[in-house]
Amino acid sequence: MEELISLTANLGIPFLIIVIALITGSMIERRHYRSIDQREKKLGHIPLLNSKKYPKEDTVIDSRFVSGSVVISYDYFKRFLAGLRQIFGGEVKSYVSLIDRGRREAILRLKAKCPDADLIVNLRVETSSISKGKRKRSIGSVEVFAYGTALLYSKT
Amino acid sequence: MIITNIEEVPGKKIVAHYGLVTGSTVRAKHVGRDLMAGLKNIIGGELKGYTELLEDARGQAKDRMIEQAKEMGANAIINVRFNTSSIAQGASELYIYGTAVRVE
Repeated sequence: MEELISLTANLGIPFLIIVIALITGSMIERRHYRSIDQREKKLGHIPLLNSKKYPKEDTVIDSRFVSGSVVISYDYFKRFLAGLRQIFGGEVKSYVSLIDRGRREAILRLKAKCPDADLIVNLRVETSSISKGKRKRSIGSVEVFAYGTALLYSKT
Repeated sequence: MIITNIEEVPGKKIVAHYGLVTGSTVRAKHVGRDLMAGLKNIIGGELKGYTELLEDARGQAKDRMIEQAKEMGANAIINVRFNTSSIAQGASELYIYGTAVRVE
């Protein structure tokens, strides 16, 4: 009897955490994607360039340095899926959607800082994984940082 | 102070170059934030505490760079680059560098 209890405790708690993570994680992700889509429509009129050259036909009246960043952590379920993937290899889809969310969010935050800009040039996106602690107690998260130069054209 | 990450200041002319200016800071996260992040790590989502921490640290590095440029008598910094490296577990260095110039 005692063995049975300890077995349920040992297997049951991680299983429960995975189920909770699956429900909340997918809910948060869906909500985040919805808000990203909405804001991308609103700020879609600002073109982004990742080159240093820009069209010179208009006169630039102001240029500003803009940046945006976000730290996103993966949930327990995503980590579980990725762990399974490491046995067979292949694309880790659960992490792809995570980093995609991070990149789009960082660029949106950058755009939100200059809603009146006509063009953003030399956009750079940097990704770094932070806090790689000990295997068991580590907090897995990825930081995305986007920066560029916003240009304002004269309206005449 | 005008800051750009391209090789010029659009609409203005560079009249003098002062050379490289840099700013850096090393930050560690504190225990309280770590605890919250640990909980958030189960359910996923954005770690707002870490986002703020990094934004804050980048701002400080940038301010140090601007301070240096001001001392040189520059009024703009061009070609700004960012660099992030983790130097030890739980601490990361944020480094920013650019070229100080005078524009008219």
